[in-house]
Amino acid sequence: MTSEPDTASVPVATEKHRPRWAETLLLLVRNPMAIASGLVLIGLLVVGLFGQWLAPYGHNEQFVGGQLEAPSGSHWFGTDEAGRDVFSRVLLGAEVSLRVGAVAVGISLVAGVLIGLLAGYYGRWLDDALMRFMDMLFAFPALLMAIAVLAILGRGENNAMIAIGIVYTPIFARVTRASVLTVREDVFIRASRSSGAGDARIIFRHVLPNAAPPIIVQTTISLAFAILSEAALSFVGLGTQPPNPSWGRMLSEGRGFIEHAWWMALFPGLAIFVTVLAFNVLGDALRDVLDPRQRSTLSGKGAR
Amino acid sequence: MSGYVLRRLLQSLVVLIGVSILVFAIIHLVPGDPIRQALGTRATEAAYQALRARSGLDDPLLVQYFNWIGSALTGDLGVSFRSGRPVTALILERIPATLSLAVAAIVVALLIAVPLGTISALKPRSPVDWFATVSSQAGLSIPDFWMGIMFILIFAGTLGWLPSGGYVGLTEDPVEWARHLVMPAVTAGVASGSILTRFVRSSVLEALGQDYVRTARAKGMRARDVLTWHVLRNALVPLVTVGGVQLAYLLSGVVIVEIVFAWPGLGQMALQAVEARDYSLLQGAVLLFAVIFLLVNLVVDLLYAKLDPRISYQGAAR
Repeated sequence: MTSEPDTASVPVATEKHRPRWAETLLLLVRNPMAIASGLVLIGLLVVGLFGQWLAPYGHNEQFVGGQLEAPSGSHWFGTDEAGRDVFSRVLLGAEVSLRVGAVAVGISLVAGVLIGLLAGYYGRWLDDALMRFMDMLFAFPALLMAIAVLAILGRGENNAMIAIGIVYTPIFARVTRASVLTVREDVFIRASRSSGAGDARIIFRHVLPNAAPPIIVQTTISLAFAILSEAALSFVGLGTQPPNPSWGRMLSEGRGFIEHAWWMALFPGLAIFVTVLAFNVLGDALRDVLDPRQRSTLSGKGAR
Repeated sequence: MSGYVLRRLLQSLVVLIGVSILVFAIIHLVPGDPIRQALGTRATEAAYQALRARSGLDDPLLVQYFNWIGSALTGDLGVSFRSGRPVTALILERIPATLSLAVAAIVVALLIAVPLGTISALKPRSPVDWFATVSSQAGLSIPDFWMGIMFILIFAGTLGWLPSGGYVGLTEDPVEWARHLVMPAVTAGVASGSILTRFVRSSVLEALGQDYVRTARAKGMRARDVLTWHVLRNALVPLVTVGGVQLAYLLSGVVIVEIVFAWPGLGQMALQAVEARDYSLLQGAVLLFAVIFLLVNLVVDLLYAKLDPRISYQGAAR
């Protein structure tokens, strides 16, 4: 975690002066893995947004006498113990997973980046105080900490977002701080300071944009882990509550019927796997483009 | 050297004190009366008053904290609100199961990571390398609870080779202990193995590019000997750090795997404590996990500084 990203390796605009995001995108689409994961994520987003219209049945629509039916033409993923269509529930679960993941990462992104900016830019005692506090949060295993936070706040989807958001804040603070340290003394920052710009202006106009690449990579990877955490919390009954279709919840229900109805557990799990994999692969591809020096050093922490 | 050790120790102490304050705060952040909640509606007023008095919750906060941390330092983590038994005893009962699982899982992780990472580094951009990259991505992304359930479906349900869950003590029946351990250990070990595979790969790649490897090759040393004596010896030193961090995780973070396999370890206990609103037990478990995590990290850092003299030098210079 101590190795510092090399901002010099960030692709700079070519002679045509393309904006940096366009340059990044161009580099990204050369990687077939990035395209594949991007397509999967676009598909998921469509399902998340329009699942209601895409699903053949409602998420609580029950077929009387049609309980625990094996996959067939009318129920592609079979039915569960209450006679509900598993395929429809998996489609509708995408929205829950993506929403919880996005809000949770949004919380850690805002909190972590702010803390990292302050610590990295001002340094000294503020840096020490903020980062030691982050170290304290970091000392708890991720899932256990989320469970402890939910023990305080109470179970449920919204609290799960907050819990996951708190858990992943320190990693954003660390990544941001490390990145800020590399740009803090750059010439353009010093120039801006000597021309009388205020701290807030320097931080948000100059430091943050230049420190952004590792943060973008971390956001993508954190989405993967946040979705995994939501599924895990719902699996143990602390996250999304029934009858909402959450993949983790469906999996824990399917676990009880594993001998008779393997499809109840197989498909929700596969959905989690594909989603998390897509975010992870995209995160890796982004890292290759935006932040090549950081390869394989960051992914270790925050996995669970 | 000693400067680095001292600073690292001091830093850990500060974090440890902070961690203890956070854990102490849990019980005060819970809405409502924690004792009332733990006892439920069945308890008599006398039982409530007795537990309330015993918990010391009516003392001033500072007194409570120092009493709690003072007892914790002597190994007394208080009394479980639910069962009335000492928290320390409840934790000690769970340690063999958790330790078995964590050690077995890290062995699985290393058995995956060292060969796969080394081979893929020796043949970069080969099919093996591609396989290693893809499988480590997959291993990181696969939900462990799903993998566990699928293992149960295949190996316990369909094939009937292994028990679907539960734990047998090593001293009771070593064979059954191992049979019960296989699926949980593989389930818990895959994610760590994936992280370690990437790490071994980049570490071996780096070692392969070093001058001493080129020299060894140039003087006609056999490829296999170069690999064993120069490449792996140097590449695997940093594995101590990452492997140590993974072990710390496995010791404290296998909640889900323990639930799936009905494994009576510390993670399962922590979750049961949440469900039973047994906050004193939860506090004890969380404190223990954080302390284990900090200590393993500290030991690993110090060990690494000893193994690689450059680290302590950098530490002292900064």
